Amino acid sequence: MAKEMHPTPMLDQLESGPWPSFVTGLKRLAKDKDYVVDLMGQLEHSYKTRKGYWKGGTVGVFGYGGGVIPRFTEAKDANNKPMFPDAAEFHTLRVMPPAGMHYNTDVLRKMADIWERHGSGLIAFHGQSGDIMFQGVTSENVQPAFDAINELGFDLGGAGPAVRTSMSCVGAARCEQSCYDEATAHRTVINSFLDDIHRPSLPYKFKFKFSGCPNDCMNSIQRADMAVIGTWRDNIRTDEELARKWFAKHGMNELVNDVVARCPTKAIQLKEVKHLKAVPTVSTVAVSDTHGLEIDNRDCVRCMHCINVMTGALAPGKDKGATVLVGGKRTLKIGDLMGTVVVPFMKLETDKDREKLVELGQKVIDFFAENALEHERTGEMIERIGIVNFLEALEIPIDANMVSAPRTNPYVRMDGWDEEVAKIKAAKMVA
Amino acid sequence: MAQPQMRRATESGVPDNRQFLHPLLKKNYGNWKYHDRPRPGVLHHVSHSGDEVWSVRAGTQRQMDVSTIRKLCDIADQYAEGHVRFTIRSNIEFMVSSAAKVAPLIAELEKSGFPVGGTGNSVSMIAHTQGWLHCDIPGTDASGVVKALMDELYDEFRREDMPNRVHLSTSCCEINCGGQADIAIIVQHTKPPKINHDLVANVCERPAVVARCPVAAIRPALVNGKPSLEVDEKKCICCGACYPPCPPMQINDPEHSKLAIWVGGKNSNARAKPTFMKMVAAGLPNNPPRWPEVSEAVKGILYAYKADARPWERLSDWIDRIGWPRFFERTELPFTKYLIDDWRGARANLNASTHIRF
Repeated sequence: MAKEMHPTPMLDQLESGPWPSFVTGLKRLAKDKDYVVDLMGQLEHSYKTRKGYWKGGTVGVFGYGGGVIPRFTEAKDANNKPMFPDAAEFHTLRVMPPAGMHYNTDVLRKMADIWERHGSGLIAFHGQSGDIMFQGVTSENVQPAFDAINELGFDLGGAGPAVRTSMSCVGAARCEQSCYDEATAHRTVINSFLDDIHRPSLPYKFKFKFSGCPNDCMNSIQRADMAVIGTWRDNIRTDEELARKWFAKHGMNELVNDVVARCPTKAIQLKEVKHLKAVPTVSTVAVSDTHGLEIDNRDCVRCMHCINVMTGALAPGKDKGATVLVGGKRTLKIGDLMGTVVVPFMKLETDKDREKLVELGQKVIDFFAENALEHERTGEMIERIGIVNFLEALEIPIDANMVSAPRTNPYVRMDGWDEEVAKIKAAKMVA
Repeated sequence: MAQPQMRRATESGVPDNRQFLHPLLKKNYGNWKYHDRPRPGVLHHVSHSGDEVWSVRAGTQRQMDVSTIRKLCDIADQYAEGHVRFTIRSNIEFMVSSAAKVAPLIAELEKSGFPVGGTGNSVSMIAHTQGWLHCDIPGTDASGVVKALMDELYDEFRREDMPNRVHLSTSCCEINCGGQADIAIIVQHTKPPKINHDLVANVCERPAVVARCPVAAIRPALVNGKPSLEVDEKKCICCGACYPPCPPMQINDPEHSKLAIWVGGKNSNARAKPTFMKMVAAGLPNNPPRWPEVSEAVKGILYAYKADARPWERLSDWIDRIGWPRFFERTELPFTKYLIDDWRGARANLNASTHIRF
């Protein structure tokens, strides 16, 4: 039995209503832990005063420079004594999840046991960076808690100016849209940068994220310094049986309004079956005895919309791989940036392919470490120096897929034009 | 005194997920053919091998106590097959190998207080941050805002009644850890930081703080004989960027740290390219424990979208079709001068055409 609860009239109001309540969970923990009694006291104090009361500090585990988020209370009384002394230290361990966030109950129960013994008993699945967040542990218990988690086969993630924990989608494990082995790519890449995760020494954070198709379920384009998004180069695959089944259920209005009309590049046409083209770059499929779809794959931008609507009837092609984009981030400091294309397509089938992805990551991180200003993300660095300088330093050939449009102003010095043209011509001759 | 022998970490990195995969997922890895949704909250995947797997998705509070985790494990062992995964929006998924197991699993989840849903055209769980519970710079709470709002959107989580999927996020400061979303709630400070000049010199690396300001409003200064920092309050945009590297520059204010609503963020490449969200409302009070003004604003936008958008239109697609004037008309939100962009690249957000809907 723990000590008596602080009154929590505001938090109590978050126990009603149908959605699962974290307050009810905290109260369960507070029955046995003074630690959580005081945590709730401080949280109620925040609700009352509308202010936060945690400050950072330096807490870590032996051998690592990051992965623990230190929190010390700033809720102090007139004598500068903590108002909620049992929760004066409430650190978090960031722990890297398996790719696709798959678990069995055995490992989840073991995590719960470890955290009940060493920590508050509160675990978040998962934080916004993808970490399993073991929330609430005293400075003294950080090391034994980590040791137990580490023995279980898990490792700390990134914090501070470091390569960060990564995420990948459910992917090939359970999704028909998967365009590469996300889990293997995720694990191969991240486990190649463990030193940069555990010992923060970059200008700022660096995030990789892995999505298996352009639906980008991992939100990688806006959250990752390096986003690896699955795509394909050949034709959309079709399955007439499933296409007919879809059409029988949904009808012509939905086919026209929801599929054909919503194609962003008008690559899809509705045609009579007898007029469907038999051309190598065109995908066709009958949806009934009279009508069918004709998709010009050279105009298709692989947006996924038609495949999402008619899943199975339409599917990504077989020549699969990924597009790599660099520079995504949110607001601070210059405003939001989406990642932009750096490699339009790379295969990711073999260990050798994945080795190339690791090499690319290494080159980007090395350049970032050398050239970014303190607290500058890759996107901001590229914005400051210009993407051509970035690409030339990395020896990545430029490609028209990297832009939405060529420049709209003449403000550039161009006396190297003839040499560039000659280089491109020479490269074409070789190829 | 000798140092105690410390255990050296095993730098094992990301664990191999194959040890945790449901056997059918492992067997059919990379070989799935299609999926459908027999009902909201259930995904049915069919493999090229003919194997089928049903996944039942349920909402959680994300911040889970160990009894909640054990309860979910008990359900997974008794009603499912011992394998679960989490989605990026903190929903839990239970994989089972037969359709017959789906209904009893759903019944047990709902009986235990875990709503089944969050698939397809539903309002899924809110991507959120730490807030007062754990963050060192929060303007508001996260778990509480989410609990309050999901109570209101409970039925929309369990149904698939929206024109397309709806992703929500909340963020406790303008850094926006919650990320891009169809509708996002983000703290918006409205007053410059209050500086405790006694502490700046000892706590803050002053040149780094000066460099952090996006509008160069911070400069070193001597205040009461102590080295400190001062803010040009006319230039200050109240973003809070100086607060993390310099806690004595307190940006959070119980009264003046407000909440803003943003709409139309989309990460997917489906149809239009990915889009950033746009600010459409601000000045909402930070009003714990249930933030009713925020819930009302979010629901106003959500139900205007639900009533008017066509099938497969995400919120951004809907606004692309109806235009911003009609968006503000439909949602009855005031379009003020503060919503006209004046940050870098702002001209791209002006209407350089005669495209006007009357």
